[in-house]
Amino acid sequence: MSLSPTVIQSAYLVAAVLFILGLRNLSSPKTAVRGNQLAATGMLIAIVATLVNGAIVSYTVIIAGIVVGSLIGAVLAMRIEMTSMPEMVALLNGFGGAASAFVASAELLGAQETGAELAGIVPFAIAASVLIGSVTLTGSLVAFAKLKELVGGAAVTYPGQQFVNGALGIAVLGLAGMLMADTGNVTAFYGVVGISLLLGVLLVIPIGGADMPVVISLLNSYSGLAACATGFVLDNSTLVVSGSLVGASGLILTQIMCVAMNRSLGNVLFGAFGAASEEGAAAAAGGQDQGNVVSYTPEDAAVIFSNAQSVIVVPGYGMAVAQAQHAVRELTDTLAESGIDVKFAIHPVAGRMPGHMNVLLAEADVPYDRLVEMDEINPHFPETDVALVLGANDVVNPSAREEKGSPIYGMPILNVDLAEHVFVIKRSMNPGFAGIQNPLFFKDNTMMIFGDAKKVVISLAEAVRNY
Amino acid sequence: MLEAPAIAALTILVLALFVGVEVITKVPPLLHTPLMSGSNAISGITIVGAILAAGSDNGTTATVLGFVAIVMATINVVGGFLVTNRMLAMFKKK
Repeated sequence: MSLSPTVIQSAYLVAAVLFILGLRNLSSPKTAVRGNQLAATGMLIAIVATLVNGAIVSYTVIIAGIVVGSLIGAVLAMRIEMTSMPEMVALLNGFGGAASAFVASAELLGAQETGAELAGIVPFAIAASVLIGSVTLTGSLVAFAKLKELVGGAAVTYPGQQFVNGALGIAVLGLAGMLMADTGNVTAFYGVVGISLLLGVLLVIPIGGADMPVVISLLNSYSGLAACATGFVLDNSTLVVSGSLVGASGLILTQIMCVAMNRSLGNVLFGAFGAASEEGAAAAAGGQDQGNVVSYTPEDAAVIFSNAQSVIVVPGYGMAVAQAQHAVRELTDTLAESGIDVKFAIHPVAGRMPGHMNVLLAEADVPYDRLVEMDEINPHFPETDVALVLGANDVVNPSAREEKGSPIYGMPILNVDLAEHVFVIKRSMNPGFAGIQNPLFFKDNTMMIFGDAKKVVISLAEAVRNY
Repeated sequence: MLEAPAIAALTILVLALFVGVEVITKVPPLLHTPLMSGSNAISGITIVGAILAAGSDNGTTATVLGFVAIVMATINVVGGFLVTNRMLAMFKKK
């Protein structure tokens, strides 16, 4: 069966419109499910329109590919734990970029085989798609390995790193130029592929674990840009539109993450924040003089919690690591049942990807109207009886507000120290990821409870119930 | 110089970027994770190119590369939309 090009092009247009409407419906949790369905419908329309295209001569390979991909995708989507969403998104970024690079490569090598001519913007678009797609693939795989802790999360640095990356960058652009000048230049093609794959690895290894929200957002954007470039290769406007939407989305998230860390994108990518630095260790050691740390038990805390009227919980990556979100929900339910106003304060970079904490808490059945953004909740800390900090550290460090010399000075934080009482649940006094000591722990209104987040929260909930 | 189709595509690119910025900035931080997985699924649109590469009469190399691209893009499309749906279903009001 084959339809006229006009019908097929119109179907592509409908698909693009549905993608835009789908994303627009993500503006509220009430309409978001429908939005996702609209986008999925758009995708189905685009795929069907392509399948009935007259250019298709054989369906066997296509159907085999779709069946294999659907099985893997469905199993991944159903099995993945919500704590592992950053890994899944990293992997999907990589696959998206790679798929686009493969399509562009197929176009180039196919043209070499059949002797077809590639003209106009196509050689440039092929080079761009292969370059961006390959960098996205290996960059995402490294991000995945760091998130899954297959490799250490620390920034990997070596002398001359910037120089090596710069030289490789120039080399890959040169080879891409040669490929554009002569699309039959197989050596240049494999050179672009090889160096791009290498660059993806080298560009992500110097980025530390806590900066992963930025990296994932940026790679998300790259996967969109690769699709966009492929759209130019095939002269297909749906690919151009969808790729731009994804590219814009990733860039906006990247920017939000950078602002939330008060760092430039350049600093995140090339600053090697979180490499084991002597400065950080010195600062941590100096922290000993800051005052006394007072350690409390969950039973002590229960007294204060039971007498509170308002509680704000500040979750961080530590909550996810300890899988404490369900225990936290039980604690907050207990508090809410006794008439205490409970809210969650969500810092934009809490967790390992944008919005990570919200998903974990939603999975634990915390109603989303209790999840409050940083700017909205910050004015409420001074009138709050208890702030409970759970596995968060740098995002509640008052040095960011007060200490001009601090490496995190100027970073927007949650002002938990302004609450009447602050409880911090922490494994030990080890400084946070950035190796920066946190004066919050030494404040007079701060009480530390040491131990595994999940165990502490469970005994805290029990103590509150028995109080 | 760029020929007409390239200019048309470039026009679409620029306009789509503006639409993207407008639409995405309205997504609340609450839904940023589903936004990312959903946009993963949308970037799987490259499956259109993959199908054309694998199914057209373009030589064996193109068919093989097209097949790999179809598998990867389908993982994105199916995995992306399903996991987004699963996540969004968890967001409930009190």
